[in-house]
Amino acid sequence: MRDWYGSRSVGQKQALWAWIFLALPLFFFIAIRLAPTGYTGYVSLTEWNLLRPKRFVGFDNYARLWRDPVFWQVLGNTFKYLLIGTPISLLLSFLVAYYLDQVRFLQGLIRALYFIPFLTTAAAMAWVWRWFYQPVPIGIFNLILVDLGFAQQPFLRSTSQALGAVLAPAIWAGLGFQVVVFLAGLRAIPDTYYEAARIDGVGRWTILREITLPLLRPTILFLVVVSSIGFLRIFDKVYNMTVDGKGGPLNSTRPLVLNIYELAFVDYRMGYAAAQTMVLFAILLFVTLIQLRAMRAR
Amino acid sequence: MKSFLGAVVAIALWATAPLAARAQTVEIEYWQYFFKERVQAVDALIKSFEAANPGIRVKHTHFPYAQYQTKVAAAVPAGEGPDVVQLYYGWLEEYRKANLIAPLPKDQFDPATIEKEFFPIVKAMKADGAYWGLPTAVRSLALFYNRKLMSEAGLDPTKPPTTLDALIAQAGKLVKRDAGGNLLTAGLTVGPISQDHHWWREVLVRQFGGQPFSDDNRKIAYDAPAGIAAMQFYHDIAGRNRLTTFGFMDESHAAFRAGRAGFHIDGSFRIGTFQVVRNLDWGVAELPAHQGVQSNFASYWVNGVSSKTQGAKREAAMKFLRHLVSDEAMQLWLKTVGELPAKPSVALTDANRNDPVYGPFIMGLAYSRTTEFVNEVKQRQIFLDMIDRIDIKKMPVQEAIRIAAQEEQALLDEFFRR
Amino acid sequence: MRPGAQGFRAVWDPRSVAIWTCVALGGIVMIMPFAFMISTSLKGSDAIYELGLIPRAPTLENYALLFSEGRFLRWFANSLAISTASTASVLFFDSLAGYVLCKYRFRGREIVFVAILSTLMIPTEMLVIPWYVMSKTMGWLDTYWGIAFPGLITGFGVFLMKQFFESVPDALIDAGRIDGLSEFRIFWEIALPLVTPALSALAIFTFLGSWTAFLWPLIVTNSAANFTVPVGLAAFAGEFATEWNMIMTGAAVATLPVLAVFVLLQKYIIRGVILSGVKG
Repeated sequence: MRDWYGSRSVGQKQALWAWIFLALPLFFFIAIRLAPTGYTGYVSLTEWNLLRPKRFVGFDNYARLWRDPVFWQVLGNTFKYLLIGTPISLLLSFLVAYYLDQVRFLQGLIRALYFIPFLTTAAAMAWVWRWFYQPVPIGIFNLILVDLGFAQQPFLRSTSQALGAVLAPAIWAGLGFQVVVFLAGLRAIPDTYYEAARIDGVGRWTILREITLPLLRPTILFLVVVSSIGFLRIFDKVYNMTVDGKGGPLNSTRPLVLNIYELAFVDYRMGYAAAQTMVLFAILLFVTLIQLRAMRAR
Repeated sequence: MKSFLGAVVAIALWATAPLAARAQTVEIEYWQYFFKERVQAVDALIKSFEAANPGIRVKHTHFPYAQYQTKVAAAVPAGEGPDVVQLYYGWLEEYRKANLIAPLPKDQFDPATIEKEFFPIVKAMKADGAYWGLPTAVRSLALFYNRKLMSEAGLDPTKPPTTLDALIAQAGKLVKRDAGGNLLTAGLTVGPISQDHHWWREVLVRQFGGQPFSDDNRKIAYDAPAGIAAMQFYHDIAGRNRLTTFGFMDESHAAFRAGRAGFHIDGSFRIGTFQVVRNLDWGVAELPAHQGVQSNFASYWVNGVSSKTQGAKREAAMKFLRHLVSDEAMQLWLKTVGELPAKPSVALTDANRNDPVYGPFIMGLAYSRTTEFVNEVKQRQIFLDMIDRIDIKKMPVQEAIRIAAQEEQALLDEFFRR
Repeated sequence: MRPGAQGFRAVWDPRSVAIWTCVALGGIVMIMPFAFMISTSLKGSDAIYELGLIPRAPTLENYALLFSEGRFLRWFANSLAISTASTASVLFFDSLAGYVLCKYRFRGREIVFVAILSTLMIPTEMLVIPWYVMSKTMGWLDTYWGIAFPGLITGFGVFLMKQFFESVPDALIDAGRIDGLSEFRIFWEIALPLVTPALSALAIFTFLGSWTAFLWPLIVTNSAANFTVPVGLAAFAGEFATEWNMIMTGAAVATLPVLAVFVLLQKYIIRGVILSGVKG
């Protein structure tokens, strides 16, 4: 055995160890995640109400989805969450982390202030935010608007503003997570790089552009991918912020996952829910692969 | 892992136990949603039931309300789930169509006897000549009024409005606004997500001379002048009459509870919510009439038996169900949960009728109706969307009604086609 | 010297003061909803709709009521046990897998990585039914193991750790090999200590994720004795009315353990890494 191992090349040894170390996690992922995903793919080809046996219907569910205006609406909403939420939250959290990293006085406390929203229960926080969105004289946002001389806004009771009003607490709650990852990333950059730059007398902006951001690329990639997945899978925030958890008014805030949840657990239309799940899966995979490629190419 | 060992031990014990002992104990599982008083009431009923039936054990399981259906959905395909289950009556058709619940045997639950003993609204639980579930308790709607606000506005708090016109007129006097015209206190609340969906369908539409559905429940009938007039009246509460706004104080009962609403229409289940609030001086009256028509909406949760339950378990389940709908259980339910007995003989006692709080609800039961929902969640959503179209999208009432009627008709058609 | 860390005198230059003020003000804005939540938890049931931030007559009656629900402590213990065990498992397996995917060159690496990443892309909502069937077959329903098993290894953590192992120089690992350390010891003794910030972050996220998990624990548990905190607290949201003061109180109490974990671990996140013995 030893001889066999000893006679392997370095590359072969690495591969062997890689598979040994990965064996258990891979088994886990296949059994707990990938197999059920495959099963969902199968269910998407059937009609199933959970009670009667599944009936194979081929691609009927996908054809139905193509003609379903609600599906296109929730897909549009989902992309709005992604395209507005990801850049705003990443920019904000980078700014906070970048400057927080430079703060010394009470840093731990201030950091906690940014992180606490991430710790709190979604349902409890959603209630608070709903009060913030109330009209004058109850809601704080409208109070501020009126004080500044603007007109009151309907926020959640508007088909055009509700999505933004739901997204704001989502960004707010997720900010702490991103800040912490950015901080960890910033701290993973060895001091030696900065010292070298300082000796060369390079300005702050150049350090940020030439050293910090490039060295932060693994962190940024991670956050871009994870945040995009998060916004494409947004559910809790919408469920808790909107009336009856339906993603209203008039579906204007309903994301794909909420639609899937409704189809599966309120309507018991598992096949159709599974078809939408597979579409979401494909979109997520596609978006992630593009991001991985784009960030690697640079 | 521990439970695995436990299971092994349990199986081993079971296999070695004498046959006779095994046959003696039947365990059945009862599911309902979590509400402290309901859980207490059922626990008490289980205790008295087990004392009377030593061979039967009832396992009581409860879940948060919002996830009740989700839980059922996950458990049932795996062959898990309750033997006796409590369902909102509006879900029954779905469960019945899905073969989830079994009809109650006619020899133990004789339809004629049930119809003689229970309030007529229970008839919605009858299909194919048999009953599929029975309630312990029912609830109806009434008008809550804030005595303090009425006195302050110079109204007589002992004379709440009895007609819709009087309601609107009195509510107008209770509205308070700040200098900027912003609403501080609502005269009359609107709560589309609360009970207004029922108030409009079964009360307002009828009071304006129409009916929500055709007599066989297969055709939408509110897409007519009466339905439009009823919706116009309803929307005018917040619209033309400016007695409140949609979404005021987030939930309509919150406004009443906070003393920021004069009148509020809600169900008997709300009594407990208001009773715990100190310094809230409130009363209850029957729903206001209109054009001489009185109507009310009653709803209930029913107990049904799962279709997977067979043999000795089924016998035990039927026995337990009979216990759940006994007079004794109904009285206990009224005392513990505050919901009204499902049989006139238990509900309409003089004591109950004259009760200042329960009285108006119980009087309402006498002329109440119930909607035979095919899919309560969806039908309610159609109503909510209709309000949003009128209030947010400023769509004319007539058009919003037409869209809602189309959507709901499609739902009915699909259901009855299946 | 990293930016801003210029010693005591620099703390008082105008730029630092401006940064500090902005960051601190932002923090206060961030915390407002939370403050409102705490404030509501201190209001009696008749006062919760007096929406001032400072309760008029603060009371602990909600807290007393919460703990008088005798099972609350039990739920708390359940959540604590499950979250701790899940976190330990995730830290070990995710960092090992992330390390392998980052530092080993072998055929199939890309596929394995994308496959693991793809496990993040299927909503839990669609997995609960297969999981339920699996749990029933294996006898895991209504057990700790049943609640915990889906979260024992996470694609999220593997990805996070893979990204952070990028900052560990290959030279260190090669040096370990030359010294004759076993592959596992290189990982355990050389690489892992260098990613403490990421490990700490992962610990916080995992603990939190497990602590707040709702849908699956709800579905897999039947007896109230096995509920986790979020499942137990959901009972305060009823058919018609939600007891918001109780929800707020429960949420406030439920935040404490995660806050403790955060306070405990956050110093490791920002401690930074000193790479001794390698070129910078």
